[in-house]
Amino acid sequence: MIAIIDYDAGNIKSVEKALEYLGEKVIITRDKNELLKASGVILPGVGSFKDAMDNLNKYNLCEAIREVTDKKIPFLGICLGLQLIFEKSEESPGVEGLKLLEGEIVKIPEKDDIKIPHIGWNSLKFPNKGRLFKGIKEDSFVYFVHSYYLKAKDPSIVTAVTEYGANIQASVEKDNIFACQFHPEKSSETGLCILKNFIEITKENK
Amino acid sequence: MHTKRIIPCLDIKDARVVKGVNFVNLVDAGDPASVAAAYDKAGADEVVFLDITASSDARNTQLEWVRRVASTLFIPFTVGGGIRTVDDFKAILREGADKISVNSAAIMNPNLISEAAYKFGSQCVVVAIDAKRREDGSGWNIYKNGGRVDMKMDAVEWAMKAEKLGAGEILLTSMDCDGTKAGYDIELTKAVSENVGIPVIASGGAGKCKHFYDAIEKGGAEAVLAASLFHFKELEICEVKKYLSERGISVRL
Repeated sequence: MIAIIDYDAGNIKSVEKALEYLGEKVIITRDKNELLKASGVILPGVGSFKDAMDNLNKYNLCEAIREVTDKKIPFLGICLGLQLIFEKSEESPGVEGLKLLEGEIVKIPEKDDIKIPHIGWNSLKFPNKGRLFKGIKEDSFVYFVHSYYLKAKDPSIVTAVTEYGANIQASVEKDNIFACQFHPEKSSETGLCILKNFIEITKENK
Repeated sequence: MHTKRIIPCLDIKDARVVKGVNFVNLVDAGDPASVAAAYDKAGADEVVFLDITASSDARNTQLEWVRRVASTLFIPFTVGGGIRTVDDFKAILREGADKISVNSAAIMNPNLISEAAYKFGSQCVVVAIDAKRREDGSGWNIYKNGGRVDMKMDAVEWAMKAEKLGAGEILLTSMDCDGTKAGYDIELTKAVSENVGIPVIASGGAGKCKHFYDAIEKGGAEAVLAASLFHFKELEICEVKKYLSERGISVRL
């Protein structure tokens, strides 16, 4: 069973439905014990970095997430969920992230022909091999909605990138920690394949 | 490679798809969830649902079909029609919709745009505009109530105001071109897209592949929407995408 972290982060239904569609049992919870019992944990998210961190703190979820990742339970951050696991974001100066990985979140540079937020389908390149992308060809399309993007300190954890006014780090993997800037639950066949790969990883981990 | 989007639009009445839909092998061609899933397979980048149900008890029926769509559709989808309050936004987004489109309600209460954008983010607030050329040819007016009431307000100015209030996209329908199959209103599309920084979805008038190309290339549209053309299989989404791609426009193939 995969747990989706419930911290009032808007639309988590889509992630739940996609996992269920793939035959996985899902629990939506903010209970630490439930999270630690799950085969995998997903941190979704839309909204601002600060609001999300405030809510994670309010529900004492920061410590719970650290315990989950320390226990080597496969963990997947989606969209804002990717940003939150790093150190800080230009969106909310002075707010500390979860700091599971090193790096910061910066604004997509403003240019004439670039509309912000970056909304829509964009293609992926794979600079490093990632387990989430098993069976997926380079240049496959996934769906993005974001205004800020990751600059990871260690480039070797970056498993997918895309171009949008800058080289956008679209996915990372380090040990049991995975994250995607795009929305796999809204990325049609390609996205379902990514989620299926995550489900497989949670099963192998048992 | 960022791509231009092709969006089929489905009219929904009493939780059923109206207008003919000619998908073969579809068990129920009137079921929004089945039709939308078929469009996902056919290469649609998003789906827009326009709920034209008039009954007063429409909300619960709407939530029910949105929930069903969300459990089988894994591309973004927009729901429009009869959405008047931030609570309506919340209820529909919670069922799994990605964006909400508002038309008359935003005209009557522009603060709805800013309140929804503040609460849920601009990316899920689509302002739909029905525009018709003024008789003196000086520009376009916006209409409310499904094109029945002339608001005597300029379409370009309204689009700019909507952006300022926090709209994330403009769904721009030309009432002059809608249903003609003679092509999108390029002048209108261009006038709006040049004056806003948010994506403009061109709508109304598609009849052949070239029309999609013109809306993007000449009109500056980020996305193009069509309804009956796709429902009646006069054109396949993949044909349109192939045509665009061969002419240098990035699409998701």
